[in-house]
Amino acid sequence: MAEPGNTSATPSKPAPWNDPAVRSVVFQVVAVAAVAYFFYVIFDNTFTNMEKRGITTGFAFLDNPSGFGILMSLVEYDESHTYGRTFLVGLLNTVLVSFLGIIVATALGFTIGVARLSSNWIISKLAAVYIEVLRNIPLLLQIFFWYFAVLQVLPGPRNSFSWNEAVFLSNRGLFTPAPVFESGSSLIFGALVVAVVTVIAVANWARKRQETTGQQFHTVYVSIGILLGLPFLAFLVSGMPVSIDYPALKGFNFRGGIRIIPELMALLWALSFYTAAFIAEIVRAGILAVEHGQSEAAHALGLRPAPTLKLVVIPQALRVIIPPLTSQYLNLAKNSSLATAIGYPDLVAVFMGTTLNQTGQAVEIVAMTMAVYLTISLSISTLMNWYNKRKALVER
Amino acid sequence: MSETQANVQSAPDVSTLAVEIKDMHKWYGEFHVLKDINLEVKQGERIVICGPSGSGKSTLIRCINRLEEHQQGQIMVQGIELTDDLKKIDEIRREVGMCFQHFNLFPHLTVLENCTLALIWVRKMPKVQAEEIAMNYLERVKIPDQAKKFPGQLSGGQQQRVAIARSLCMSPKIMLFDEPTSALDPEMIKEVLDVMVELAHEGMTMLCVTHEMGFAKMVADRVIFMDVRQIVEENEPNEFFNNPQHDRTKLFLSQILDH
Amino acid sequence: MTNFREIADMPPPANTVGVVGWVRKNLISTPMNALFTFIGLYLVYLLLPPLLDWTVFSANFAGEDQTACTGTGACWVFIKARITLFMYGFYPSEEYWRMNLVFALLAATFLPQFFDAFPYKKVFGIFSVTGFPIIAYILISGGMLGLEHVETDRWGGLSLTLILSFVGIVAALPIGVVLALGRRSSMPVIRTMCIVFIELWRGVPLISVLFMASVMLPLFLPEGVTFNKLARAMIGIVMFQSAYMAEVIRGGLQAIPKGQYEAASALGLSYWKSMSFIVLPQAMKLVIPGIVNTFIALFKDTTLVLIIGLFDILGSVQSAIVDPVWRGVSTEGYVFAAMCFWVFCFSMSRYSMALERKLHTGHKR
Repeated sequence: MAEPGNTSATPSKPAPWNDPAVRSVVFQVVAVAAVAYFFYVIFDNTFTNMEKRGITTGFAFLDNPSGFGILMSLVEYDESHTYGRTFLVGLLNTVLVSFLGIIVATALGFTIGVARLSSNWIISKLAAVYIEVLRNIPLLLQIFFWYFAVLQVLPGPRNSFSWNEAVFLSNRGLFTPAPVFESGSSLIFGALVVAVVTVIAVANWARKRQETTGQQFHTVYVSIGILLGLPFLAFLVSGMPVSIDYPALKGFNFRGGIRIIPELMALLWALSFYTAAFIAEIVRAGILAVEHGQSEAAHALGLRPAPTLKLVVIPQALRVIIPPLTSQYLNLAKNSSLATAIGYPDLVAVFMGTTLNQTGQAVEIVAMTMAVYLTISLSISTLMNWYNKRKALVER
Repeated sequence: MSETQANVQSAPDVSTLAVEIKDMHKWYGEFHVLKDINLEVKQGERIVICGPSGSGKSTLIRCINRLEEHQQGQIMVQGIELTDDLKKIDEIRREVGMCFQHFNLFPHLTVLENCTLALIWVRKMPKVQAEEIAMNYLERVKIPDQAKKFPGQLSGGQQQRVAIARSLCMSPKIMLFDEPTSALDPEMIKEVLDVMVELAHEGMTMLCVTHEMGFAKMVADRVIFMDVRQIVEENEPNEFFNNPQHDRTKLFLSQILDH
Repeated sequence: MTNFREIADMPPPANTVGVVGWVRKNLISTPMNALFTFIGLYLVYLLLPPLLDWTVFSANFAGEDQTACTGTGACWVFIKARITLFMYGFYPSEEYWRMNLVFALLAATFLPQFFDAFPYKKVFGIFSVTGFPIIAYILISGGMLGLEHVETDRWGGLSLTLILSFVGIVAALPIGVVLALGRRSSMPVIRTMCIVFIELWRGVPLISVLFMASVMLPLFLPEGVTFNKLARAMIGIVMFQSAYMAEVIRGGLQAIPKGQYEAASALGLSYWKSMSFIVLPQAMKLVIPGIVNTFIALFKDTTLVLIIGLFDILGSVQSAIVDPVWRGVSTEGYVFAAMCFWVFCFSMSRYSMALERKLHTGHKR
């Protein structure tokens, strides 16, 4: 950058165009002005354009009845509900598929990541093949594959695959028996609560006893026993008040039971299988990041492989794993918006799709939808920064 | 498997050798890394192992607590033979402590937790008692005031002293040192060597891989020189330094002592 | 004790090396390991034979139409019959040579980058992001130099996928550099604006960005100014991509030691000079693997444009599948598209890994 000659400047104070503080203020003011002008033009154009199309701005449309049905809803919904309600329905469907997807992807991803590190050659290679195949194929293609190539070509309800005449799989979805809780079943839920409290108490007691006497206690097995045993006992005592509603073929489709629509299944499978491949790589890298010397030192102290993993390797690997793992969770939540492509009624499909088409309120709807995703992303990354700060290794 | 109380130092059985290695060979894949190793270490003996890098010193002492496995020959530690048997490996690792070149402290645990970890999970000791023992050894290595800090907050010399205390907490009968001072700045070497000398004077059986010849002269009962992945010669320190037998030894000594 | 004699290297015991040693160590070292081997082999037995049977042994390769597909396996005839659709979309067939020429040129400018010894890497590199896009645009779009104009809605197939990802990456790069520098700027207003921009795009799904580009962008523009569907999608992709690019480049900037900045200032270089001569050249080298990785992600993400009505390769496959002329060929179509993506993404990820390894060792020295 060529500078103009500034021999006339006094030594104590530079000429304003050479003063870095002045320059920086001027530069920032110009930048703000430019951005402000840019937004002014956009807003101006938008208002003119919307006026011309006869669209009233504002969020009043949210109170109008929607007039369209939605394939699947976790809350009560029909055509008479408002557009505001469609937002809620879509949001809940997004949350549902993201939540289920995160659980499946985590379980699968950790298993495959550990398998990838297995000393067994075949297991390790099979895991590698899974990872390399799944993560290098676009997610949308995988969703299409499960939906159009697998689920859509399943036989109709009359010829559906069934397992013990209780679980049915057809092109209408997966039907499973649903538990029906009759009166008196509150005892079972009560027992479950008691079991959870007991398990926490036992874990506390075991830790205290271990600290004072050194004796170890199989907390895990006992906890599982309590968690399963107490509700079962309550179930027997209260006279078995839970019946099971089996799906049954009535006319052209099944009635009763729980129905998982094929759109949800395809989306869930694709999201979990795809994300699991990335999680597996993260887990592998996290475990490899713990230096070999750490487990050697633990072995030299006489720790067996299992406690070495639990006490030394996993706590250190988790620090490496958790930040990228959360960003995978975020990706999964954002990718769930691909639901639109196969018609699973998530937030983007219902709200940014159908509602936008019907009302034309593009600005409001796009802003609301983006705000939802932004809120999720920003709150999780804030949480992550807090976690990282808390868990960072203390060093000089 | 007898559960000895960790804080009661049971007198070593003098009749059994601490370490006995017979005709031992080891390969990494096709690579012959240890050839025909024969070594006997009596209870309470202090052995220094030296030699040029790549001569197999570290591999040798890592075989003694089975961080490496050997393919041929026999290794007996406190009368127990090292095989694939997990129980025997457990037993031997309780008898043998080890200090590493890079300390290998657990960075996610405090100094005190580093020391009590094995006491609690291997010796199954109450936490209070384990902490008492750990503090005792931290005092002996002169850093009790650092107990609540994390390893990353300590200097190299302090970290290595924590590592020594961590091993001593398990009251081992044998201590292995794998170049304990070679990752340290010069001014920190002394503080670690002081601790090791003190340990030697207390009668601990020690095998040290080190280039600290001053340490070797002061405390070693025997010096072992390794080269080309074999034991070339062994002798008591005076003889070893003043009257080396083999040309390789002379060459090595001239290289490390001449400057 | 001077009975030392040097022992020659001996071969290890037979059961620890060779095939036997390998099998013992990797497959049956413990009963658990042997069980895993058994499970693994069973899985392979379960998956591999049917897969091979479907793709090769029972598949139909020869023929023209549906009637040729008689076997129980894959109907590759479908792919053969529709290959031009998958490659070029609805691009006029007599103009295919223009697409071919562009991609040959692309290969010719990019392939030399993979060879260390090639002397004109820099010239070719600069050409590939400056001259090449112009030539490519003229060739593909036409309308000048006697070339017939081809509307963008006729572009499609694999070539559209490549165009979208190439434009996405090349246009996002300079914006990403500016954003990354802005995010590390000492001026609070500039820094805040860059952070807001980056986090805004990174926080929302690409599909919502594409929706925004296709329904909101027309509202933003003054009367009479319009963009076609493809241009709108490209704007969305570039905005989205530049935010990710900025974060990758910021990583590289952070990896440059403070001493480099200080040395540049000590030599009297201004901010822009020290950035463009000292810091950025080093940082860009460090972030190439990261850029390749974002490119892979973008390459896969371009499939989303089919949701707003463009026909990339997946879009073309989808349209061919629903075409009633062919029935029950969806799996073949998806497998073909998957193979195309897989070959590109897998080889690029291997390339980026190799680069990373090279950089890593280079820095150690």
